[in-house]
Amino acid sequence: MTSKNKWLSAPYILWSALFIIVPLAMIFYYGLTDKTGAFTLENITAIMTAEHAKALWLSLLLSLISTLICFLLAYPLAMILAGMKISQHSFMIFIFILPMWMNFLLRTLAWQTLLEKSGVINSVLAFFHLPGINIINTPYAIVLGMVYNFLPFMVLPLYNVLSKIDENVINAARDLGAGSAYTFFRITLPLSIPGIISGVTMVFVPALTTFVISTLLGGSKILLIGNVIEQEFTQASNWHLGSGLSIVLMIFIILNMIVSALFDKESDGGGMEIL
Amino acid sequence: MHKKAAILTVSVILASMAAMTGCGSSGGGENGEVIVYNWGEYIDPETIEMFEEETGIRVVYDEFETNETMYPKVESGAASYDVVCPSDYMISKMIENDMLAEINFDNVPNATANIGAQYFEQSQDFDPENKYSVPYCWGTVGILYNQTMVDEPITSWAQLWDERYADNILMQDSVRDAFMVAEKLNGFSMNTVDPTELEIARDALIEQKPLVQAYVIDQVRDKMIGGEAAIGVIYSGEAIYTQRENPDLVYVIPEEGTNVWIDSWVILKDAPNKENAEKFINFMCRSDIAVKNFEYITYSTPNEAARELIEDEEIKNSEIAFPDLSQYDNLEVYVYLGEEGDALYNDMWKEVKSN
Repeated sequence: MTSKNKWLSAPYILWSALFIIVPLAMIFYYGLTDKTGAFTLENITAIMTAEHAKALWLSLLLSLISTLICFLLAYPLAMILAGMKISQHSFMIFIFILPMWMNFLLRTLAWQTLLEKSGVINSVLAFFHLPGINIINTPYAIVLGMVYNFLPFMVLPLYNVLSKIDENVINAARDLGAGSAYTFFRITLPLSIPGIISGVTMVFVPALTTFVISTLLGGSKILLIGNVIEQEFTQASNWHLGSGLSIVLMIFIILNMIVSALFDKESDGGGMEIL
Repeated sequence: MHKKAAILTVSVILASMAAMTGCGSSGGGENGEVIVYNWGEYIDPETIEMFEEETGIRVVYDEFETNETMYPKVESGAASYDVVCPSDYMISKMIENDMLAEINFDNVPNATANIGAQYFEQSQDFDPENKYSVPYCWGTVGILYNQTMVDEPITSWAQLWDERYADNILMQDSVRDAFMVAEKLNGFSMNTVDPTELEIARDALIEQKPLVQAYVIDQVRDKMIGGEAAIGVIYSGEAIYTQRENPDLVYVIPEEGTNVWIDSWVILKDAPNKENAEKFINFMCRSDIAVKNFEYITYSTPNEAARELIEDEEIKNSEIAFPDLSQYDNLEVYVYLGEEGDALYNDMWKEVKSN
């Protein structure tokens, strides 16, 4: 690397130092000290208390379910998109990204209005004398909110890898007598693993840490680990416990990234280039 | 590369956290500036413009949603403010932690002239010598209910435990207000730190939870107007506005008693613009400004000169906006519970929420 190139990376290094290293160091400092500033592991082991463990378990469960649903919805869609002509698929992708131009909070608030007892969906159902749906303020609504908000993060990497798969590879498989199902499971699916890994990470991590979706769509009745951390900072003014629990959460995110890295070793990576 | 993407995600999360603790701006009007930290939707924005025009002082205005979110921001000094508008118990906490500056009332003549003496007297519960605070708004916490959705008039906190109203009840999503309801129901003080009493209150809230539609703060207003729930716990200041929008709504102070609160202007000890802060408070106490704010936010004003200026007789004599508190003998003001008391409440609240 020439010295000129090093200069070019200066803004990035400064940026990471200011906004990644320093905040991380602060979280570790707060997480590993108590109010008097003495070293303690109490904030980390606090995850074992009944309320915290339950919140973490619920977060893991809901974000796993959401990630799975996102995957099942996104994969067929990404395949359809990848099979389309250029002019058509860029339009479809545009349609998919369009909602993301709106603020995330607004979209979640909109779901609240849609799902409420006297909300839009139930009013329409009532008009046709159909039974209403009552999922607002339940875990179902939270999963719905997660899937809705994070689906594009699954579709785009999947689409990106799928569209790069060489048609000839698939044709070769078919020529050699593989059926469509066999071709899919032996050729398409393995080749798209980098995209799957990207998509899973991009959905799982924000879903695991969210507190806005559970507050708005769960009516604050369902406590996720994100809510616990948020409340330690905003309500209880206990930055130490909040940071300690954040460190625990980081462990899960890092685990996720290690798994991804292991899967991703052989390929040259998933293609978030589109973002 | 997905690794880069994952790092990007983490960094975006961190960056937004950093941005949240970041702060303010500099520069000012011809006569400097004053940095105000107030509740959300708690002032008529026009009055700020009028203040800027009349005094040449630029106002930097920032908002918070709860006392608990305000406190750490002010305490850590992450952002420097001049004037803040906390509630009673939070003011006593700030006094105890030596965060407030004494107000020179010679520079705030409108406060002494216009604010009713009983409000200063009431303030002594948290500001014993009336040295640190100037009352801005006051009110009670009560029940708002929709006449068309209940079988009988609501008069008691106990009705929030009535199974007929399952999924039709909105509770406040803040520790003190939620526990206050359960404590009053059981005849305890809302300032109790007795663990056995708190456990009873906690268990009552856990028992109530399946009946609760949602725990909300500001949204209770819109949900009650929209007929989304039958009964909601609400601040009296929201009652007039909600009734204006939906005439079926009725506000009551439950018979077991409730919380009466005062939000007051205070000046921070390390305020960079103390003089301007006093000018700002003085301006807000002017009767024509106070009445403008009252009409905009509809929270009861302790400014008696301003009350005289209210044109609508019905509101001027409204039992909701200006109740005669002497008829109740079971009203209480929140007091600061100390660090241990706060921690006890927060832990118990977490148990309620996670159950």
